[in-house]
Amino acid sequence: MTPAISARDLRKVYPGDPPVVALDGVSIDIRDNEFFTLLGPSGCGKTTLLRMIAGFEHPTAGTLSMHGENLLDSPPHKRPVNTVFQSYALFPHLTVSQNISFGLEMLGKPADEIKATVDEMLALVKMEAMADRQTSQISGGQQQRVALARALAPRPRVLLLDEPLSALDFKLRKEMQLELKRLQTETGITFIFVTHDQEEALTMSDRIAVMNAGSVRQIGQPRDIYDHPAERFVADFIGDTNFLAGEIISTENGHAEVRLTSGKTVPAPAPEETQSGRKITLAVRPEHAGISAGNDGLLSGDLREVVYFGTDTHFHVALDDGTAFVVRRQNRPDVASDLQAGTRVSVDFPPLTGQVLRD
Amino acid sequence: MAEGTGFSIHRQPGFTAIAMLCFVLLYLPIILLVIYSFNAGNSIAIWEGFSWRWYQSAWENEQVQEATVRSLIIALWASVISTSVAVLAALATTRTRKFKGQSAVFAMINQPLMVPEIVTAVALLIFFAMIKVATGYTGLMYLIIAHAAFCIPFAYLPIRARLQGMDLSLEQAAADLYATPFQVFRRITLPQLWPGILAGAMLAFVISLDDVVITEFVKSAGQDTLPTYMLGQLRRVVTPEVNAISTALLAISVAMVIAFTVLSKMKN
Repeated sequence: MTPAISARDLRKVYPGDPPVVALDGVSIDIRDNEFFTLLGPSGCGKTTLLRMIAGFEHPTAGTLSMHGENLLDSPPHKRPVNTVFQSYALFPHLTVSQNISFGLEMLGKPADEIKATVDEMLALVKMEAMADRQTSQISGGQQQRVALARALAPRPRVLLLDEPLSALDFKLRKEMQLELKRLQTETGITFIFVTHDQEEALTMSDRIAVMNAGSVRQIGQPRDIYDHPAERFVADFIGDTNFLAGEIISTENGHAEVRLTSGKTVPAPAPEETQSGRKITLAVRPEHAGISAGNDGLLSGDLREVVYFGTDTHFHVALDDGTAFVVRRQNRPDVASDLQAGTRVSVDFPPLTGQVLRD
Repeated sequence: MAEGTGFSIHRQPGFTAIAMLCFVLLYLPIILLVIYSFNAGNSIAIWEGFSWRWYQSAWENEQVQEATVRSLIIALWASVISTSVAVLAALATTRTRKFKGQSAVFAMINQPLMVPEIVTAVALLIFFAMIKVATGYTGLMYLIIAHAAFCIPFAYLPIRARLQGMDLSLEQAAADLYATPFQVFRRITLPQLWPGILAGAMLAFVISLDDVVITEFVKSAGQDTLPTYMLGQLRRVVTPEVNAISTALLAISVAMVIAFTVLSKMKN
């Protein structure tokens, strides 16, 4: 099946001294009906890529196609994609329903069809009561819904969303996350969502592309990316991670036996190219590790600090090789915390919970 | 309030006196001019009681009538032409990729603000004289073209300011929603640009209305505008009729400037 969007070796260099490389050879296939997220810190190139799909930026090199057809020769108004802008970009001189009907009018749809679609869209985003309001007379959350309805009304094959939730407060953002996911499922439109918020990405996406410094570092399902980060940047950017030094003793079927600095060994998933004898970094999530008093675990060290967070408690440990390590334990009212700062502790994690990182 | 922190012009010795003096110098002559326009006597300096006499006299003066109509025709055409050019110029300098010589274009558009008016006037006099000889046409067109030319920067500046203040993502959003570049301009850019266009046109209108130097040089015989007619009158007998005409002009200008200020501050 041809992908909805297919990018090959996209490069974007802004001239200057020195030139700024916004995209450094990006290749991505985005499938039909997929909620696909471009995730990364600001300046990683995610917005540039989105604007390139919309037609507002032109690549320096590379190809971009949609359902197998070249997109790069079409101006923005001829591309069957619509965008929800970060600033919403609602037309201030038009009412809510005039904003929503704009795209349909430009496509030359008949009046009765426009009216029907606008009504349908107003209902979809629950804004029927606001149809005749000026866009300046509605709240931020409502503007966001109108922007969404306006972009969905022409039934684009691909909807581009540029950090659309970043201006909303926490609670509204949570609500809209679920709403967006619902709309995507109901309409079956491919969503390409740009965000720097890893939690947002994990909650909503079918697949995520993690980007940094103009290139894609890893593409995968949320769980894949969280449990098996490919490299240090991804492991660090998504969730909290402990990094341990180690050495590969043997490899087999994508698993490696890793010797830690304590001398003990543990099996962990590893990239295919991993070779025996290599010094590597092992990533371990704080919530996958356990802590207990004593000296006989996988790793041992001194407990430096215990921080209570309500849902869980963070134990900050200084391992014997000097590495800092955090263990996160979920709190339960019936289990008292016995560990005090200053005690000798051992840190353990089950086999296959760590992840060997690519260099 | 934090006393004695930093430099404040308010606390400099003589500030109030200088400020008052400036206001007096600016407005006292105008106030006197307005007052004496209602003088019942023939003098512009000796008060002889209130009367509408000079307004009536100006109103009934055929020369004043003709000059007024001529002034209005010129100002109207000049503001329409200069505003149209200014809109195109403003679009070209704000809505295109940076191009080579962009600042040169900017300087050229604003040339009338920099070149001494008398130089432009002499240049136009000579230039139009050549055309007059070649074509034999001696109509109002020369004045209209001259006025339109020096009005362009005045119309251009408020329009450009408005365009620069406009959210570019609105135009992108329209393009994203299948609007062709022309539809984007007509449906999105133009409706939001209107206050700027009106403000520019009004400024151009007022500037054209009170121009003396260029008009004096460019006009043919019998083509007096209101300001050049008044200048001619001052060379002969000075009556409060000139005050009355000035006051009427002042009223129009003030109304225009107020409308201009309101329009430039208008938010969508």
